Amino acid sequence: MAAHDHSLGPVLPPVKIEHADVVLVQRHSNTTVTDKIAGVVLWSPTPKQWFVIIAIAFMVLQLLPFSLGNLVVQGIGLWGINSPVGWGFDIINFVWWIGIGHAGTLISAVLLLFRQEWRMAIARFAEAMTIFAVMCAGLYPVFHTGRPWLAYWLLPYPNTMALWPQPRSPLVWDVFAVSTYATVSILFWYVGLIPDLATMRDRAKGFGKYIYGFLALGWRGSAKHWHRYETASLLLAGLSTPLVLSVHSIVSFDFATGLIPGWHTTVFPPYFVAGAVFAGFAMVLTLAIPVRKWYGLEDFITDRHLENMAKVMFATGMIVCYGYFLEVFMAWYSGNEYEWAMLMNRVKGPYAAMYWALWICNGLSIQILWFKWARRSTTVLFIVSQFVSVGMWLERFVIIPMSIHRDFIPASWGMYYPTVFDWGTFIGSMGFFTFLMFLFIRGLPMISMFEIRTLVKRPAEANH
Amino acid sequence: MSSQPNLPIPPPLDLEAIRARLDESKGPQFWRSLEEAAGAPEFQAWLDHEFTDGTSEWSDGVSRRRMVELLGATLGLAGLTSCTKQPPEKIVPYVTAPEDVVPGRPLTFASSIPGVGGVAAGVLVESHMNRPTKIEGNPEHPGSRGGTDAQTQAAILGLWDPDRAQTVLREGRNSTWQRADESLKLLREQMLSRKGAGFRLLTETVTSPSTGAAIKDLLATFPEAKWVQYEPAGRDNARAGARIAFGEPVTAVYHVDQAAVIVALDSDFLVSGPGAVRYARDFADRRRNPASGMNRLYAVEPTPTPTGSSADHRLPATSAEVEGFARALAAELGAGTPAATVKNAAFLKAAVADLAANKGASLVIAGEQAPPAVHALAHAINAALGNIGKTVHYIDPVEVSPADQAAGLKELVGEMQAGKVDTLLIAGGNPVYNTPADLKFAAALRKVKVRIRLGEYDDETGAVCHWVLPMAHPLECWGDLRAFDGTVSLMQPLIAPLYEGKQLIEVLAVLLEKGGREIRDVVKEHWRAQIGASTPHFDDFWQKSIHDGLIAGSASPAKTVALRKELAAELGAAPAGGDEVLLRPCPNVQDGRHANNAWLQELPRPISKLTWDNAVLMSPATAQKHGASNGSMVRLANAVTGPVWIVPGQADGSIVVHLGYGRTRVGKIGNGVGFSAYALRTSANPWRVLGAEVRNTGDSQVMAVTQEHGSMEGRAIVRKASLDEYTKQPDFATHEEKKHKLFSLYPEWKYEGYSWGLAVDLNACTGCNACTIACQAENNIPVVGKDQVNRGREMHWIRIDRYFEGSIDNPAIHHQPVMCMHCENAPCEGVCPVAATTHSEEGLNQMTYNRCVGTRYCANNCPYKVRRFNFFLYSDWDTKSLHGLRNPDVTVRSRGVMEKCSYCVQRINWARIDAERESRRIKDGEVVTACQAACPSGAIYFGDLNDKTSQIVKVKADTRNYALLTDLGTKPRTSYLAKVTNPNQELAPRAEAKPAHGGNH
Repeated sequence: MAAHDHSLGPVLPPVKIEHADVVLVQRHSNTTVTDKIAGVVLWSPTPKQWFVIIAIAFMVLQLLPFSLGNLVVQGIGLWGINSPVGWGFDIINFVWWIGIGHAGTLISAVLLLFRQEWRMAIARFAEAMTIFAVMCAGLYPVFHTGRPWLAYWLLPYPNTMALWPQPRSPLVWDVFAVSTYATVSILFWYVGLIPDLATMRDRAKGFGKYIYGFLALGWRGSAKHWHRYETASLLLAGLSTPLVLSVHSIVSFDFATGLIPGWHTTVFPPYFVAGAVFAGFAMVLTLAIPVRKWYGLEDFITDRHLENMAKVMFATGMIVCYGYFLEVFMAWYSGNEYEWAMLMNRVKGPYAAMYWALWICNGLSIQILWFKWARRSTTVLFIVSQFVSVGMWLERFVIIPMSIHRDFIPASWGMYYPTVFDWGTFIGSMGFFTFLMFLFIRGLPMISMFEIRTLVKRPAEANH
Repeated sequence: MSSQPNLPIPPPLDLEAIRARLDESKGPQFWRSLEEAAGAPEFQAWLDHEFTDGTSEWSDGVSRRRMVELLGATLGLAGLTSCTKQPPEKIVPYVTAPEDVVPGRPLTFASSIPGVGGVAAGVLVESHMNRPTKIEGNPEHPGSRGGTDAQTQAAILGLWDPDRAQTVLREGRNSTWQRADESLKLLREQMLSRKGAGFRLLTETVTSPSTGAAIKDLLATFPEAKWVQYEPAGRDNARAGARIAFGEPVTAVYHVDQAAVIVALDSDFLVSGPGAVRYARDFADRRRNPASGMNRLYAVEPTPTPTGSSADHRLPATSAEVEGFARALAAELGAGTPAATVKNAAFLKAAVADLAANKGASLVIAGEQAPPAVHALAHAINAALGNIGKTVHYIDPVEVSPADQAAGLKELVGEMQAGKVDTLLIAGGNPVYNTPADLKFAAALRKVKVRIRLGEYDDETGAVCHWVLPMAHPLECWGDLRAFDGTVSLMQPLIAPLYEGKQLIEVLAVLLEKGGREIRDVVKEHWRAQIGASTPHFDDFWQKSIHDGLIAGSASPAKTVALRKELAAELGAAPAGGDEVLLRPCPNVQDGRHANNAWLQELPRPISKLTWDNAVLMSPATAQKHGASNGSMVRLANAVTGPVWIVPGQADGSIVVHLGYGRTRVGKIGNGVGFSAYALRTSANPWRVLGAEVRNTGDSQVMAVTQEHGSMEGRAIVRKASLDEYTKQPDFATHEEKKHKLFSLYPEWKYEGYSWGLAVDLNACTGCNACTIACQAENNIPVVGKDQVNRGREMHWIRIDRYFEGSIDNPAIHHQPVMCMHCENAPCEGVCPVAATTHSEEGLNQMTYNRCVGTRYCANNCPYKVRRFNFFLYSDWDTKSLHGLRNPDVTVRSRGVMEKCSYCVQRINWARIDAERESRRIKDGEVVTACQAACPSGAIYFGDLNDKTSQIVKVKADTRNYALLTDLGTKPRTSYLAKVTNPNQELAPRAEAKPAHGGNH
């Protein structure tokens, strides 16, 4: 290894492999895998797209401190919320971001337990996405309160007022669900990074060596280390797996436990979980497709990966559509006049366009994924992913403001229009997410090197 | 400053003297300049005149540009004050405590507040440590019976209004009363020599006997002087109608409680006009218990009013049609007037039959703005039906001088134009703003040599006057007023004038050289002279009268009147029909006098639910004709431009515009709100512009409305039935609900002590809004402004939902006050993450503001949407004068917290303190919520549900009692008594009326 000339760049020239039905294109040795992935961070030239994206993201990110700063100083009246619509973009975006995070946990935890090899190439990437999405999501519950400086009252801490959070409120469950989720996700991601951080430490030059060295926690790759790593990883996977189901179930309780028509629905927990995975995979695809291309990672993130992700997206998308259908059915079947009015308001009320756009984005657009060629086309997948991301945002719009803007007493009905500060916070959080994501790509190995190395077939095996 | 010509030239400084002065003085001495240190008289003079040029500009509201300048200046000046100690304030206990004062406990004083036409509203004012904070009706007062209207409730904000005229201004510069008095004395000298020639006094309608006596004294002293009264929404038409009918301008007093059938001709007698508060109560008393019979109300009116929406039959009609209807009604009922035809013959026939069948127990009421002929016809009909002495009696006019104000004003303006007026004293009113456009009052005023203005605001009129003298607010005054029935109502000040305000009688005293006497004594001596001889122990009697707020037994005696034979002839020809623009006083700001009252500006108008704007109100068909929709700007008669608002139930062809807007100089609140319709007014036709051109300008304007949706969507929200249906099925409101029993897995709350409950009788509610303002005053509820209302963020804890039912051209209109329901299973309580909203052991759903972090989940989950959120810092924490207004028993909420109706928990707690001190339970009726207290018609009941003898328990046992959205299982503590109407079978076939009842179908 010492003799290796890093300045040569990628060892193998990028080759387009048609219909690669493998999880790793088998022309790599352990060394080339490591060189390629670590090289992205350590010595390969950074593609110009990275500079463009991170510059844009950094600029867009400035909207966040601007919007939130004004919000804290002046009050949340800067947003478009009102009476009757007490929640608007704040909670829409909270649920949207939380949902996006789910793909990471599903990939890293559930697929690990199911020993799905294809997860290895995308897990690190998706987990990072999870963490950044949860960070974005976490902004909203804090800043959406009327007095954000007191938002910590939702935490159970001993205090002189002898007051605890009110345990019947789903918002308190949210605090626990989301904070647990964030903690476990960060731990899982970090533990998974340790062996690769050690590799980076060994290869980095200059100051980076010390940073990676510090973060690698003295990993030396001994059998004992590997044994402990495997145990920790399995335990964390076991912890994370129920979180995939619980976090979004609990988020859905924010609505399902309410009595507003459009909220008061038992179908919400499974339908929210499916929606989260759906949105999450759309986001993974959105990020993975361009990054794979820019960094020439087609050997590691193969078409098989894309197809598998498309399949999960398709399946969860169909579950979500079933949820939509059930809402329609139950509105009719319940015979409840308020439920029916809620449905009619969706179908032909002032925001009907949003509801129909939702069906187009989440119902219609994914139907193309019945076809294998579509599931393997980066263009199709990228476009469908955009539809799904928009669609899942619309779903939350349909559920949150569209349900409360016309509920029981017609005299109190109103309309909801987002303001520039709503948009500023939302777009700013997208900039924040993208900025963090691209910093991650630049600074850490975005694909788990040691896991990919387990996929490299030894010559003996290859000969079988 | 050197450019200012009138600065005194400082004398050379004597530094030795300054040193000597500074050495002599003890304690902290700070001086800003050597001149000050010298204590030079020139410096004192300079201080007095410090703000000379440009001061007039400053007395306007602070403009944004000015604000920035001031901020800069403040920064600079901050350096001057930063090293100054605050003046020491000493807190000393009372040596002899004032009687009855317990710190922290309010006292209540009786007083009176003049309304439109100078007619007294009898009030009780709550005073916290000499700080008036809340107005209630005076139960002893015949005009109140404990109720008040919205304007009376809002008067307390008028008192504390920081924009009131604060100091004497002479030609726009600060001056003093001392100088004003000197000028008035000079004026007196001049007047004495000329017997008052060229002196004119212009006031609003005066009903005050003592002020009237002072004016008469003035006119006697200066025989050439003249007194003119003018009020834009005065009672000229009523007086003229009475003159036609009886030959004298008598005032009609109605006994609504004696009438089984009432016909209101363009009359909103339940909400506006003298006696409305009393009439609302009397009217509701005949509808409270449908089982024992109901009265029946027919309303014929151009635009829907609360009275029209309370009517059993309502007929939209243009003003010409109203008069035609009145003529036909009179002819049919044998009043000896010529016959007339009407459009809706069935309506007329039914009304005629009903009235004829109830001779002596029927009543026809003409509206305040109805033409004199309609008033005369109403009198004639009442006479023909034998109602006089039974449902109506007549008294001597309550006004001191029942003159024809329009004629008086016209003559005055003529004299002003001709230069015959040397001095004009304008006391109250605002003629530059509110006189008819054709008189060109402002131009005429400029020809008057000396213009003196006594007003509560430095307003449009003040701007044209040489002297602006601040006038005291009624709550700062001693005085007397007459109520609608002539009862002498006494005013006593609740607080010394906040600014340098004085009353008219004080200014007159200077002119009469009778100054120096306390007004309290002037009023008392006036009455000693009037009734002292016939009253033993007058001093004691007076003390009791002041305490009661009225002179007992002073109601004017009924007057015997006889219809004149010339009546039919003097009615004149029937008015021409056709498209018309009707001008009406705004239901909230009236003729504009309350334009700076933010509570009234933000109060949704009873029918349109508009706030912060007036509008061109038109029927759907009229709007269609002009291609207008809500907010379209139209130009009327090429004189004013305003936004259209479509009102279902308005008469086609009749456009209604409210007066009182478009103020340019009243204060930060009222300036520039809406458009002034006075430009449409002529002295000949003050209320109606016939054939005015209506041009759609193509522009539009955003209107701030609190209720966007007027249909009940077929839901059982306001439940109603006709009297027949009610008789057949008294529990019509709940019979469907009773079929579905709701079960709960959880045990019910147990209430050992009290269990509070509230009920609203929809049969009594007129939608007058008094409760909303009462609640706002009691609970320190902030105003949010037009922009925030437009965003759906109004803060009223009790709102009045208004629903239209039936055809768009003449719908039934329902009002439903909605406040927190205090649910037993409150959807808000469970979802609050920090337990800021909880269930009390007395059943209240209570808000802990300090704990609220503002997630708004409670508001989202509230099916009644009664929760209000402080999206910004809505409470005004900076304006000092408003601090005095606040109820100290209620938290002033900060930004970011939720709030809502508390069932006036502070009032419950006061009652609890009293009861516990006496070791007893709170008695029924001891806790009266603010809305309940204010309600003129007594539609709101409140009490302890655990006290089985309480009124609330009886009310809730009524078969009409129902709760909103019971199928949700919320178990509200607030309930409603369903509406029962009493339609005439001739007009309402049985099949048409389908009762609305609860439950899902």
